[in-house]
Amino acid sequence: MEALKQARIQFIVSVPDIVTSNGLLWPISKDPEFKLVRVCKEDEGVSICGAMSYNKTRALLLMQQTGLMDSLNAIRAIGIDYQLPICMMVGLQGKEPHKLSSESSSYGVRIIQPVLDAMQIPYRVIEEPEDVQHISADIEKAYQTSSTFIFIIGRAPV
Amino acid sequence: MKRDMALEVLKKHVTDEIVVAVYQTLFDWMAINPRDLNYVATGAMGQASSHGLGLALANPQKEVLVFDGDGSILMNLGSLVTIANAEPKNLHHFIFENGVYEVNGAHPIPGHKKVDFGAMAKAAGYRFVTVFSDIETFESEVTEFLKQPGPALAVMKIKAGEAYPRDYDYIHSALARKQFRRALQSS
Repeated sequence: MEALKQARIQFIVSVPDIVTSNGLLWPISKDPEFKLVRVCKEDEGVSICGAMSYNKTRALLLMQQTGLMDSLNAIRAIGIDYQLPICMMVGLQGKEPHKLSSESSSYGVRIIQPVLDAMQIPYRVIEEPEDVQHISADIEKAYQTSSTFIFIIGRAPV
Repeated sequence: MKRDMALEVLKKHVTDEIVVAVYQTLFDWMAINPRDLNYVATGAMGQASSHGLGLALANPQKEVLVFDGDGSILMNLGSLVTIANAEPKNLHHFIFENGVYEVNGAHPIPGHKKVDFGAMAKAAGYRFVTVFSDIETFESEVTEFLKQPGPALAVMKIKAGEAYPRDYDYIHSALARKQFRRALQSS
């Protein structure tokens, strides 16, 4: 949360994700420094974050990998074709802690990084506490370059 | 009520508002009222209402008008609930209902003549909902509608009017986004 504040994120747009529920979304919902927009479906969030960026308002879309998969066309259009800074945090529901997602027993987890690679969407895996130090700079770069970026959350924040 | 006539009426009420429009309504609006604060890049799959919400929340000092389509909102019905929950007072949502996917071969939308978009918006929690079926009523009541605090929705029962050119290259262009961004940031 501190990294998000450092990156000047004002709005959190979210469908709840079990991986980040207790460590991020519940605390965010109680933090007056963030404005939380609860959406019914994740592709709404892609559009909301994209539209907000036109006046430089910074937002983060927080969701589960199932929502990411459901939103790929919106990300393709609004994030990639339109070159808007859509920043997302995606919890990998079903991924075993301390295991690479490519080695997960869950098909839904294993395919995420190959799908993002195929779509040429940059991402960073957040697995260990030290990975968090990159979040603020990655968001800053996404907004500076008006490009989409995804954080893949491999296990619940501690 | 013909769509282009309804848009001509709306033109008289639009000054510095953000207008988010989709498909044939967008193409007609661009011809009738070309302006840089027209937001034309909504992607696909019924996302106009969500773009409108993002713009309304990030620009609370500005009025946002969404000219949606019936086929479009059917792809994004959850956004009615999301918008109602977010309670943007500066969002006025029009659904132009012609019963067909006009730019995709004019096939009928599912539920044509059965679905009630006004009832859906009301049930979702919109503050104000109305239906306009003829141009005279629309012309006399649109001012009052726009005075209602949002989120407010008007179902526009329309038929196609003049067919304005479908300039897909422009609406998906970097130039369109640049013009809107510049206009928004200087307004």
